[in-house]
Amino acid sequence: MTPLVTVCGPALSLPERDVDTDIIYPARFLLLTKREGLGRYAFFDRRGTPGFPLAADQDAAPPILIAGANFGCGSSREQAPWALGGLGVRVIVAESFGEIFQSNCIKNGMLPICLDAGTVTNLHARAAAGARFAVDLDRQMIVVDDVAPRPFAIDAEARESLLNGWSEVARIRMLHGADIARFEAAQRRASPWLWPAAEKEDQQ
Amino acid sequence: MPRTLYDKLWDAHVVATGSGRQALLYIDRHLLHEVSTPQSFALLRQEGFKVHRTETQLAVADHSVSTLPRGTTDPAAAAQIALLEANCRAFGIDYLTPASGDQGIVHVIGPEQGFTLPGITLVCGDSHSSTHGAFGALAFGIGASECGIVMATQALWQTRARTMRVTVDDALSPGVSAKDMALALIGRIGAGGGAAHAIEFAGEAVRALSMEGRMTLCNMVIEAGSRTGLIAPDETTFAYIADRPRTPRGALWDQALAAWRQLRSDHDAVFDQEIVLRAEEIAPQVTFGTSPGQVMAIDAHIPDAGARDAKALAYMALDAATPIIGVPIDHAFIGSCTNGRIEDLRAAAAIVRDRQVSASVRALVVPGSQAVKRQAEREGLDRIFTDAGFEWREPGCSLCVAMNDDRLPAGARCASTSNRNFEGRQGAGARTHLMSPAMVAAAAIAGRIVDVRGDLA
Repeated sequence: MTPLVTVCGPALSLPERDVDTDIIYPARFLLLTKREGLGRYAFFDRRGTPGFPLAADQDAAPPILIAGANFGCGSSREQAPWALGGLGVRVIVAESFGEIFQSNCIKNGMLPICLDAGTVTNLHARAAAGARFAVDLDRQMIVVDDVAPRPFAIDAEARESLLNGWSEVARIRMLHGADIARFEAAQRRASPWLWPAAEKEDQQ
Repeated sequence: MPRTLYDKLWDAHVVATGSGRQALLYIDRHLLHEVSTPQSFALLRQEGFKVHRTETQLAVADHSVSTLPRGTTDPAAAAQIALLEANCRAFGIDYLTPASGDQGIVHVIGPEQGFTLPGITLVCGDSHSSTHGAFGALAFGIGASECGIVMATQALWQTRARTMRVTVDDALSPGVSAKDMALALIGRIGAGGGAAHAIEFAGEAVRALSMEGRMTLCNMVIEAGSRTGLIAPDETTFAYIADRPRTPRGALWDQALAAWRQLRSDHDAVFDQEIVLRAEEIAPQVTFGTSPGQVMAIDAHIPDAGARDAKALAYMALDAATPIIGVPIDHAFIGSCTNGRIEDLRAAAAIVRDRQVSASVRALVVPGSQAVKRQAEREGLDRIFTDAGFEWREPGCSLCVAMNDDRLPAGARCASTSNRNFEGRQGAGARTHLMSPAMVAAAAIAGRIVDVRGDLA
């Protein structure tokens, strides 16, 4: 995964609330079994409709998306962040997110930032006016047009993973392999009904 | 310190703690389907990982399968299903083929197989995994990357949710079901009202629900923004899971049962939020917009709540301040992981018996699994539906996700027992009204949205 430390550039404003992952990535494209090259399907059915900021043939977007509340609600499809990532989006700012979408973003080296409604409204206006944004994950700051840095919060684990571009599987195995083995030994004693294969081995 | 059921399930699965509310949770069971796992298996291959405990995984195809008797004609869907089967074979995971007689929607077959048990953590690359919380399991939907992490490590970093108790007192009125209870709750707290919370359902009306009803209720919590629904297991739960293919037997059953009986919130446990609904005040519900939070009682007028509703009403081609009763429909869909179980089909059949689907409506019944289909056929429900003019289909997600052979054309209006009325959910430009199985059955017959309580009078 590509580490994410700072992201700079213009931002796309999409203020509508409750934008679900069916809107971000329509279900019929879920038949594709790859995760690369999905950018062209992002917001497929919304493109070209009045007021929507992406054109039908657009295959790249600004690196920062300012979204509405509850962005990415609904289906768990990871194609939603894959498609946004395919357009070049690395940071999404909203008042709140669908939780599965939020976690899927972090797993793909994308940074979801929650800020209060007033700040997000202000950022929408600045994005629409063409301001230049700079997001610094190390310092946990957003700067617009080089002034007025705004702090943001993020879980320590997510921050560390994004900054380092770590693979989570490797990290869990390396740091917690022994913890998992200990947990399993204890659970197998306390709740043997959860160990059907072990039960068969024991009977043999 | 008194603990909620969620706290107990969480605490029992912590492998390691992180900062704040983060913990590495042990995952006991993982359900797989064809849509959210191709990229997970690709990750395993790319990194050279094996599946850590193959016996904790169970796979089935549901989203892209065709529910037509002839099977799919879409080469992309056929390839996706074949890929799941090949991946399961390569990694040593049980796959329930259509020929096994056990195929069905992942959230129907988990409980049917006894794969879903009280007290476990269960995940699936599908947001409606909250369904399994009906058994007192900590169950939640995850993404494809997380499916890969679970297969490789049996653990996931998660944020501990806050807790919300929804107590539903009294008894539901005739013609009102668990679906109406779920929609009424979403109407009350909003499509994001359950965010960051695990919702435990309690109260007389919840205790009175069958397991099918409880699954419907927990299934829908994601539509209120919550990843996890929970109901403490009781005798109804234990009777449902006894003697299923994968449930423990003999001495292990007795030992498990003793542990499961402890799975309830302490009487003095404190929840972060408390919501109380009165079941007798819940009327049949119907959605009018493009978010499940845009929902109303069948006998009310369509609300006018500003710009957001106006945009949704324009998509739905409806006018604010007019009745929803009488709106003509073109399609009726009974099925999905929300309402595709035997009790749902019985409730719909009771309305349909000896009547005819309106000539202007195309109506489908899609059983949630092959087992549900067989049971319905034993009870003669298939004949009731087909005699009335419904199509009787093979199991699958069908019109709930519209990435298979069932898709509605733009502008079509559907009365649907599914869980999402999002723009384009049943086909680009199609319009969805969520309601209970009995309400959809009544709408199919009338050719328009009606109050099912009129059919019962």
